[in-house]
Amino acid sequence: MDAVAQSVGVVTPFIERFDEPLPLACGRTLEGYSLMVETYGELNATQSNAVLICHALSGNHHAAGRHHESDKKPGWWDVAIGPGKPIDTRRFFVVSVNNLGGCDGSTGPSSINPQTNTPWGPDFPVIQVSDWVESQRRLGERLGITQWAAVVGGSLGGMQALQWAVSHPNNVRHCAAFACASKLTAQNIAFNEIARHAIVTDPEWQNGYYQKDDKLPARGLALARMVGHLTYMSADGMSDKFGRELREGSFTANADEGVVFQVESYLRYQGAQFSTRFDANTYVLMTRALDYFDIATNHGGVLEAAMADIQARMLIMSFSSDWRFSPARSRELVDALVKAGKAVTYADIETDGGHDAFLLDDRHYLSLFSAWMQQVHI
Amino acid sequence: MRYDLTHIIPWVAEGSRVLDLGCGNGEFLRELQDARGVSGLGLELDADNLVAAAGRGIDVIQQDMDKGLSNFSDQSFDTVVLAHALQVLHRPHRVLTDMVRIGREAIVTFPNFGHWRCRIHLGLKGQMPVSRVLPYSWYDTPNIHFCTLKDFEALCSELRIDIVAKDIVTTSSQRRLARWLPNLFGVTAVYRIRRNGA
Repeated sequence: MDAVAQSVGVVTPFIERFDEPLPLACGRTLEGYSLMVETYGELNATQSNAVLICHALSGNHHAAGRHHESDKKPGWWDVAIGPGKPIDTRRFFVVSVNNLGGCDGSTGPSSINPQTNTPWGPDFPVIQVSDWVESQRRLGERLGITQWAAVVGGSLGGMQALQWAVSHPNNVRHCAAFACASKLTAQNIAFNEIARHAIVTDPEWQNGYYQKDDKLPARGLALARMVGHLTYMSADGMSDKFGRELREGSFTANADEGVVFQVESYLRYQGAQFSTRFDANTYVLMTRALDYFDIATNHGGVLEAAMADIQARMLIMSFSSDWRFSPARSRELVDALVKAGKAVTYADIETDGGHDAFLLDDRHYLSLFSAWMQQVHI
Repeated sequence: MRYDLTHIIPWVAEGSRVLDLGCGNGEFLRELQDARGVSGLGLELDADNLVAAAGRGIDVIQQDMDKGLSNFSDQSFDTVVLAHALQVLHRPHRVLTDMVRIGREAIVTFPNFGHWRCRIHLGLKGQMPVSRVLPYSWYDTPNIHFCTLKDFEALCSELRIDIVAKDIVTTSSQRRLARWLPNLFGVTAVYRIRRNGA
């Protein structure tokens, strides 16, 4: 099948408004909120074919297809969603939502706080993974879905999928969580802290009220992204992609002043691009959600106990060169699931794609994902 | 399905929990699930086999059993199966010990290297046997730990593993001979074992 045949084509996001207050894990309540949503495929008559996509740190609702024919890039998980792809839109009705606290249309720090008529900025409540699950549950209800055929995601999205399976065992029949963990390690939290530190020490951060003063902590956000992006790749993958290739200058005698390595140029570009499209407060909020997440928090830290209520069939995948969410973290989840007697499939995909491998076109990864999804009966 | 596997099916209790070590493409667990209503879990290393097993609706975990099975709790499965994989293991004795720890019962099948054809090949031709069933040359083979029925039983006794039952599979013409001299006429051994005193 060719690339065109496998695309969901041109898609249009829409906003769902919720006026029922949402009590949050942090103790505060959000009086109302909007969620930016995209759907692909058709909901069947028995509402049994709905799949929820959960996005990662910098992702959004735009998971597949293009908003305009002329868009250069499709949605972030276009390799996995579409006709003939693992999440086959000929069978499934796919729901993808920009998380609460995001900056792509859902209510978040850059939205207007109705009480002050100014942007929330740093006053936006701390959002945790369980809050996303609750907001997504309400969205499902709104769309006529009470039980998901599957909830799927990678990285922070995988954590949401896990939380779904744990919090609402009867509302999730299958759960696929890739490149994730039951909680972050100290090293992982440390990387997030470096990213946040880069942002909050940017002079234009203005204690988070940069929007009000029409400033933008672009340098901090770019640096945060550069560090993050680096940790999502593997050493071998970077060697393959960039090596020691030069973008500018040369090492010829007396001519080495303007030397720029390809990898430098790439990271600068990624950082600069990101700083114009992403909100700094959202970045801080999302990394906090990652740090605070611990699926076993209500079970005395005992992972096996946290898994006890799960009813969903589980698919866990890790990626051999992922050092940000290493395969060992996924195996902890798998071991706990096995000990709890749950139905689980696990693979560690051999790849040099690093953490980002869950977004990439890898034959083994996508064929296992496909084979497993085909067993999701609707 | 491979003939040693059809011999195992009656030994697996209806509705039991089965761990299949080296489950391949999941065909056997699928059959057990359909025929005996078991809840099965496979262990497999090969990426293509994982895809095939998942496509059959089998739960499968990618894990190298040579690196240990300590992630499985004691007596957490009714039956642990190791079918035609004993000879590829680096440390078969450790896996056997783990099998009777994890399962209330374990079933092991392996090709009998004491079969007369192997002996003739080695004894008269003076070369390592190569056959339709064991098609590899000695220098390039996954089969690194061949044993005979006697060898296996000696190992079980050393590891304090009880043999609950055994079934010697052979060709129809040798069936009678195999009852009399199993180590000479048995092609494939199927053992049902458990921890001593369990």
